[in-house]
Formats: sequence, C-alpha cells, structure tokens
Amino acid sequence: MVLSGGRQSPPGLLTRLDALARAACPAAGTALLMVLLSAPTGLPSAVPAVALGCVFFWSLFRPAVMPPPACFALGLLQDLLGFAPLGIGVLTLLLTHGTVLRLRRLLARQPFALVWLAFSGFALAAAGLGWLLTALLGWRLPSPVPALVQGALSLGLYPALAAPLTALHRAMRRAEETAG
Amino acid sequence: MIRLSIPLRQALSRLFLPMLLAVALGLVLLGKADPALVERGRMALADALTPFYVLLTRPAGAVRGALQELRQISEIQAENRRLREENGRLHRWQAAALALETENALLRRQLRFIPDPPAAFQTARVVADAGGTYARAVLLATPPGVTLRKGQVALDENGLAGRVTEVGSRSARVLLLTDMNSRLPVALEDSRSRAILAGTNGARPRLQHWPEGSPPREGERVVTSAEAGIFPAGLPVGVVRWPEGGAPEVELFARLERLDLLRIFDFGLSGILPPEAVARPEARGRP
Repeated sequence: MVLSGGRQSPPGLLTRLDALARAACPAAGTALLMVLLSAPTGLPSAVPAVALGCVFFWSLFRPAVMPPPACFALGLLQDLLGFAPLGIGVLTLLLTHGTVLRLRRLLARQPFALVWLAFSGFALAAAGLGWLLTALLGWRLPSPVPALVQGALSLGLYPALAAPLTALHRAMRRAEETAG
Repeated sequence: MIRLSIPLRQALSRLFLPMLLAVALGLVLLGKADPALVERGRMALADALTPFYVLLTRPAGAVRGALQELRQISEIQAENRRLREENGRLHRWQAAALALETENALLRRQLRFIPDPPAAFQTARVVADAGGTYARAVLLATPPGVTLRKGQVALDENGLAGRVTEVGSRSARVLLLTDMNSRLPVALEDSRSRAILAGTNGARPRLQHWPEGSPPREGERVVTSAEAGIFPAGLPVGVVRWPEGGAPEVELFARLERLDLLRIFDFGLSGILPPEAVARPEARGRP
C-alpha cells in the first residue's frame, strides 16, 4: 500500500504511516474485495460470504484492526452493493464480530479444522438470520434455497480466504516484531 | 493519531458494539420506512463505483473471451456441420420471409395500415451484478449524454431481459425477469391467451394465471402483451417448458447469466410504476 505524506517528515512519520497502513489494510482490503466481487462473476452471494469470512477472521485473530465501526461500514457496503433490505448485512456482521470476540479465548488457539467448523456455525446462523429478516421485512416467505446456498458458499470460501489472510497476519506480526 | 492502551480500547469497543447494533436496527427500520432514501444511497454508491467497474469489465471480458475461444476450438467441427445445416434451413426461411414481407406490404397498401413508429433505443454496458442472494438485477453504466428513465424496457440480442427500476446519473439498475419481484403480462403466441410470467429467482420464471381451458403448450413461444401499458405487444420472451409434474416454466431467449450489452428501449409507455417513481415527475416533451 502506498501512502504519501505531503509535508516535511519529522522522524517517525514513516513508522507511523506504516502502522497506520497495517491497521487500515484488513478493512480496506475486505471492502476492495467486496467491490471486486460484485462485478459480474456469476456468484451472486459471494459478497456477503467474503464479508463474513473476513470479519470472522480478523475479529478472531486481530480484533484491533477490525473494530465495530469497520464491521458497521463493511455491512453497510454489503447492503448497498446488494439488493437485500438495508441493515441485514450490518446486523449480521456486528453480531458475528461480537460473538467472535466473546469466543476468542476459546477459539484462537484451536487448529484450523476446528476454527472452520466454528465458522460453519457462524455461516449458517448468518444465512438463517438473513433469511429470517428478509421474510420479516418483506412479510412473505422467501425460498430457503438461496439462504442455504449462501451459507454453503461462505463455508466453502473460508479456507480459500483464510490462507492468504493467515499469511498476511503472520507478515504483519513479523513486521511488528521488527519494528519493536 | 491517538494511542490508546489495549484495555481502554477493548472497553471502548465493548461500549461501541451495543450502540452500533442499535444503529443497525435503526437502519433496518429506516430502510423499511423510507425506501427512496435507501435507493438514493445505493445509486450514489453505484454511480461512484461505475467507472471502476467499467475498467474492470475489459480484462474480465478478455479472460472470458480467451476461455470461450479455447472451448470453441475443440468443438469447431461439430459446430461447422451444425451451422451448415442451420444455414440451409435459414435460407429456406429467408425465402419464406421475403415472400411474406412482399405479401404483407401489398396487404398494408390496400388497408391503409399505419405502422407503429420504430422505437428509439440506447445501448448500455452491463458492468456489475446488482443482485444478491434474494434478487436478480444488473447494473448498467450509462454513457454521458444518455438519460434513462424508470420503466424502460431492456432487451439483449435475443429477447426481453428486464426493466429499468432505478436510475442514477451514471448508472441504472435493471431488474431481471427472473427476479422474485418481477411480474410480467405475457401472451402465448399460438393460442393468443394471456398469462402472467412470475420470476422465482431461479433460471426459469413460471407462468401463472392462464385462462381456464387453454393451458400453455410445451414449446409454445411467449411474447409480451400490451395489457398493463408497460410493454409493447410482441417482444420475444421465451419458450414454454413443462418440467415433469410441475408448473409450466419459460425458457428465456435472453441469456441472463451472461449479459454484456443491453438495448434500452423507450416505447413512451409509463404503465404501472412503483409509487416513488410517480412522485418524481418526468420532464418529457411529448408532441
């Protein structure tokens, strides 16, 4: 990520910019990925799936870079990109963030398979919540198939999402260690 | 940048979360109470992102084209044979069409038939999938100088694709026929009976409410009907398919899963529009 400092740099500005970039990278990266995926890809529910996976991952392993306002903004972006009633994405992502923070101590040390299993619970719950809210707000029963597809898609995309995010997470930790 | 200690930050986030959840609930209610505001927000975002999507469609289109070419090379012989057969058949049809055209011109001359004026259309590129889990819609990038209007009809090269439902300054949303909220008055071409084509979010919308005693037949062509003043009559929609033991469905002519260009027709019909669309009067000079 390239950030340009306009004025004369006092000592430490670069370090601060570096830290700032590190802090902003996960949320900005998630937003960019969501926008990219909403271009015609043939996967209509990939945007919520990716948002959920990213929020889950960062809330679990590095909650400092995925604060609630970031979750809120990502949820709003998801709602505005999609056609679903406003607020569903925001609610889902915030609830996921809150629940993951609660379970953090328990989950963060588990092997990947167990984390994935836990995520599958989140994915299905999120799809169910989305379905329920859509039904309530539209006051009619939509078919449960899209919700199931969405849940399954988030579930299946998670490993593909987690691999680069884990690498990024490790690189960030290494950078922090060298920076002191 | 203010540096906070980690416990303080966590305490803040603990306070933040319930507050933001309340705001989210408020957003849900706001979205329910004022759909026009939400729509404006969506279109503002879409307008902002459209140039980006336009940039993105080029490499994506190149990759898709290359893949398609590879696939076609492997099937080229069978394709060639099929095309030759089809060409022969089309030649016969062309002869028939030419004969019918002359006959038609002859009859019109005798009847003083006033033909419909040719409809004006604009072409716009599909830049993004604006649907989601529960909706089927696409986002168009409108070139500068082109103004679209709600309720205009979108066709791809084969048939009807959908209607313009939301318009921004640089982009517009088209609700596809397959969307759950799409209801379309259609006519069955052979029996001339009317029916309603209802989207299900699946690939094939269903036919409903056909008149008693004349069920749609397998393979029958479905065209639009001018019933509600939304569409002109006779735009090609698709072909009736009866799945085993189910309701009749329509296989659409338009290839909705890979739309790239849409023709947006202005037939000058306003028909039934959603109430918020009527609230904003259109400045349209009608002769």
